[in-house]
Amino acid sequence: MSRRKTERLLGLVVCLLSTRRYLTADQIRRAVPGYPEQDDLFKRMFERDKEDLRELGVPLETGVNHPFDEDPGYRIRRQAYELPELRLEADEAAVLGLAARVWGHAELAGAAAGALLKLRAAGIDSGDERSPAVPHGVEPRLGRPEPAFGPLWQAVRDRRPVTFSYRAAGRSEPQRRELEPWGVVNRHGRWYVAGWDRGRAATRVFRLGRIAGPVRFCGPAGSVSVPEGADVRELVRDWDSSPPPDRTAVLKLRSGKGVGLRRHAVSVQPGAGGWDVVTTRFADPGWFADYTASFGADVVVLDPPDLRDAVIARLKGALA
Amino acid sequence: MSARQLVTSTERLQRLLALVPYVMSRRSVGLAETAAAFGVSERELVDDLNLLWCVELRAPEPYCPIDLSYEGGEIVVSQAESIDRPLRLAVDEASALLVALRMLAEVPGLEDRSALSRLIAKLEAAAGEAASASAQVAVQVDAPAGGAEGLAARIRAALDAGRRIHLRYYVPGRDEATERDVDPMRLLVVEGRTYLEGWCRRAEGVRLFRLDRVLDLAVLDAPASPPPSAEPVDVDQGLFRPSPGDVLVQLELSAEGRWVAEYYPCQEVTELPDGRLRVVLRTPDTGWVRRLALRLGEEGRVVAPASLVAEVRDAAAAALANYVH
Repeated sequence: MSRRKTERLLGLVVCLLSTRRYLTADQIRRAVPGYPEQDDLFKRMFERDKEDLRELGVPLETGVNHPFDEDPGYRIRRQAYELPELRLEADEAAVLGLAARVWGHAELAGAAAGALLKLRAAGIDSGDERSPAVPHGVEPRLGRPEPAFGPLWQAVRDRRPVTFSYRAAGRSEPQRRELEPWGVVNRHGRWYVAGWDRGRAATRVFRLGRIAGPVRFCGPAGSVSVPEGADVRELVRDWDSSPPPDRTAVLKLRSGKGVGLRRHAVSVQPGAGGWDVVTTRFADPGWFADYTASFGADVVVLDPPDLRDAVIARLKGALA
Repeated sequence: MSARQLVTSTERLQRLLALVPYVMSRRSVGLAETAAAFGVSERELVDDLNLLWCVELRAPEPYCPIDLSYEGGEIVVSQAESIDRPLRLAVDEASALLVALRMLAEVPGLEDRSALSRLIAKLEAAAGEAASASAQVAVQVDAPAGGAEGLAARIRAALDAGRRIHLRYYVPGRDEATERDVDPMRLLVVEGRTYLEGWCRRAEGVRLFRLDRVLDLAVLDAPASPPPSAEPVDVDQGLFRPSPGDVLVQLELSAEGRWVAEYYPCQEVTELPDGRLRVVLRTPDTGWVRRLALRLGEEGRVVAPASLVAEVRDAAAAALANYVH
């Protein structure tokens, strides 16, 4: 950290906020202490300073005071710079702290803390968390940080296309994908990105945890347009959700066992020899065969035959 | 803040730009209180104040735009020119708060969401354009079918009234429905799932109960009385706690079985040829791993410990025997 640089940047902000007229680079050099004498050194330093301020979100404007002016000037309009007047009721302020904690150690935790600090700077005190508006004993958190979140969020925010290597479920080799990202969604504690897959020329959803290696930008900011009416939440929900259970299975369950299978049973009939006959419904035969096999010798599939065969295949696989 | 990190010039600038309005909006404020609010030491804060006080502009006329004092430990800013208001929220900042607030509004069992929705509206208005990107991030809180909302509301009521809860709770690892009395402590929403955290009187310890595994719940007349020693779980450290008594289980997964590494917290994950994986799990109870191995079939196998390898083989053989008639 360089104290001199901080001083110079602060001087620059104050200087540009205090002027209504655009100030040329030369005028700025004369007003703000800390810039070097040599022109080329000054130019480079001033360019970097402007970039730093823009990255902080300082709205630096470029323009001329007069149509005949040759050199562009700079200023910061107070109205664009300042956080607008914001008054919060006690119960509204009380939930702020809880909201800032949601990110925990996850990706936008720093940004949440920064926002809270600006609100405090606007005179808002995080209210009393014992307020009735704060749900007593409720503590929500987003999950663990995921390395792909940072670059993908930037890409979504800045509307930039990205490329990454992706290992689809069950595939042995990752494949390179090029995506115009529309949004990121956290569902059931996992992050997803949805958008236009350029290679497949189709809308696609990707799970961030299956991205192998770095996410790289492959186009300029602003070059992605999100189609009207695209709903990323819905895309992810459709991708992730299972179809309605439209098939029926008849199982023999050892009495008192197979609690997980009985939970969703349509009917349970006590049978002979310590076994019950349980009827239940399922959608995906692959998933349901896996689940049924996990109950081992406490369950026997009576019907349908494809489910019975699939369970036997799993068990043989586990035996081998 | 744990380890002192290297602060860049721009990060410090950000702090300085917030510090002036922070003091001005409060007229005067103590050094200690301000240092705590900004997460810096009093020494650093004094250095910040000196830096602000030293700012000077040389043209057209030389002058010092900021005037302040911190005599007797009370900071007063008497003049701050144009930086008396905080900088607007950046896109990331606005998004971080708005996404979190919208997530809070989805948490099951909240009966009063009005403060939340008013706050969201005010922040959206204050953030202006910076708020628009937040629409591209969403967090959906898992609301498992079958009355999770009702369950959560009853747990919230028990929390508010300080009453004990009786649970019938499904333990999938042992395929058991268990009965237990729990003194509720908190309702947690972590990694998309809702949990009741409470003092389990049967286990005599703090336990987390997933709401989608609650078979039945009754709020009892008895008051909840978790012992003073009952420590809430530090959710920021993740929910999975290794303990010294854990067994280390090694599994080899085929490309089709890789989901195991996404679903369960693994201590070690090693890539093998053909998209296969070797993972090491720690667990206090291997019953669920046996079940996992049965469902994986040829998509994964237990490699160690040897006793568990044998257990899986026996369980598979016993299950297959059911089909030989």
